[in-house]
Amino acid sequence: MTLLALHRDGADWRLELHGDWSLKGLAQIDAELKSLPGPITGRLTCDWSGAEHPGLGPVWALLTRLAYLGSEELQIRHEGHPPHTVELLRKLNLELCTAHGKRAIALRSHEGAVARLGRWTVVQGTEARRVLGFFGRIATVLGAGLSRPRALRFPSIVRHLHETGVTAIPIVSLIAFLISVVVAYLGAQQLSRFGATIFVVDLVTIAVLREMGVLLTAIIVAGRSGSAFAAEIGVMQLNEETDALRAMGLNPIELLVVPRVLALMIALPLLTVVADAMGLAGGGLLSLVQLHIPPAQFLIRLREALSPTTFWSGLVKAPVFALLIGVVGSYRGMQVRESARELGRLTTMAVVQSIFLVILADALFAILFVQIDF
Amino acid sequence: MAASTDSAEIAESPIIRVRGLVSRFGAQIVHDGLSFEVRPNEIMGIAGGSGTGKSVLLRTILGLRRPQAGTIEVYGRNIDELTPPERLAMVKSYGVTFQNGALISSLTVGENIQLPLRESYSMPEDVLDELVQLNLSLVGLAPDAGAKYPAQLSGGMVKRAALARALSLEPKLLFLDEPTSGLDPISASDFDALLLYLHAELKLTVVMITHDLDSLFRTCDRVSVIVEGRMTTDTLPGILRNTDPWIHEYFHGPRARAAERAEAVMDGGHG
Repeated sequence: MTLLALHRDGADWRLELHGDWSLKGLAQIDAELKSLPGPITGRLTCDWSGAEHPGLGPVWALLTRLAYLGSEELQIRHEGHPPHTVELLRKLNLELCTAHGKRAIALRSHEGAVARLGRWTVVQGTEARRVLGFFGRIATVLGAGLSRPRALRFPSIVRHLHETGVTAIPIVSLIAFLISVVVAYLGAQQLSRFGATIFVVDLVTIAVLREMGVLLTAIIVAGRSGSAFAAEIGVMQLNEETDALRAMGLNPIELLVVPRVLALMIALPLLTVVADAMGLAGGGLLSLVQLHIPPAQFLIRLREALSPTTFWSGLVKAPVFALLIGVVGSYRGMQVRESARELGRLTTMAVVQSIFLVILADALFAILFVQIDF
Repeated sequence: MAASTDSAEIAESPIIRVRGLVSRFGAQIVHDGLSFEVRPNEIMGIAGGSGTGKSVLLRTILGLRRPQAGTIEVYGRNIDELTPPERLAMVKSYGVTFQNGALISSLTVGENIQLPLRESYSMPEDVLDELVQLNLSLVGLAPDAGAKYPAQLSGGMVKRAALARALSLEPKLLFLDEPTSGLDPISASDFDALLLYLHAELKLTVVMITHDLDSLFRTCDRVSVIVEGRMTTDTLPGILRNTDPWIHEYFHGPRARAAERAEAVMDGGHG
């Protein structure tokens, strides 16, 4: 059934409206309106006597379409119990047309590729400067902490040490243990072909102590604490808590960022030691079960495999990774503005970027250690 | 006021009827046998001190929380006895704005307005965009507000955008939770004017929770006050003569007197 019918009688037009004119019928009404021939000039009478439940949207669509089809001097008259809202909508429609000329409906903004590239470049440039500035502000607080230890907020550091360090022990232990079991297992399969299974001990020791202990720990901590830093500080930003701190003459960097970064720089090396121990334990267990190397022999072989720097070359990286994770997490948190969506986006970004930076730094360390024969 | 065909159909039977409502949170009793009615085509103001359960009442009528006892009828139907599809249809026939706007922050204002439309009807994109224009102009927002995110709007614009979203399904019944809270006097007064205008033009029934006495005096036909878990409903002059000490204090305290005077001056100016 058609919802509208247009008749012409000389300069007089008559538009008869039938059927369901509520919001439900709008899709069909719109399709029929679009198929109306134009232009319409002279006088137009809209007959509403057949229309049921006329709603705002359909009336609006009709008026908009008629304004588009008709010329300036088209006179529109409504009869047959037109909806009471016709007059209001006609006024609003007219205002919209006169105020904005051609009806440009901008629900989303569009910009060209060049403009986007330009914007991206500018954003990256200012961002790089801001990160540097952020780092500088942390360094300033740390510097001030040398002469005024109160600025370092020890109670806060202890709290974050608990949250980022102590509570991470179970998951870090478990993952270090399991991964080193896997490495030892795969290594044993390969080495047994040469009858050199005893070297599984060397493999596990060096892999865990030099690389895997610290790297796995850093990645887990980036996922746990980097995201927590960004989210905690981000929510405080959304609640204007950081602005409130500034307004009270307190430094959010000193109160929020430095304790977190320092706590992480203490926690990550300690967690690394735990991960190293658990990793070696995992390797030892697999050696015992799979390769029948008794623990005493495992330990002797382990001592032979170790060079004096093996343990330290892993551990020395931990504070650097912690610094990266802490700074990136807090920086992204401080960037949160306006909306919950920003919070989610920046928290994700904090995790992804800190993991990326940790792996990049690890690669640089590897080159450095080879060069200085550490 | 001329009786229009719309309101004659539903005659004088109340649109909302709440009877013997009891709401408890643990040992704390918020509503203790509360009853009240909302008549067609009126603006009903709900007042009461902080923590007297105004928002709880609203959430209960909306079906967002179940009361411990009592019945709630909307359009003569007990909302507890509705089947899930009926309940959905009922909810869609309301327009609701929440205290802080509750616009979805990841969507633009336009997309916020389209959200209920998209879920309820299948329509081409350009029709949806047209409807955004309609709803924005109904609440007096410029067309370019449609492309903005809620975080980019001022407080007054957020309230208007929330109202635009509430109107998008063309409801006959509108619930507003503190629509003027946090607005400056000019924006609040503009919002009152907008509400009166929409109420007159669209023949809406409005239930409005408000602490804003200016708004209460200016817009509401009747006022309900929650005192000690029960509701006292009366016309504005009636409630002003009420002798309950709390109600008297609420409507005759220093701030109330100021609001009343301002209203009297404005009425005098018009008359």
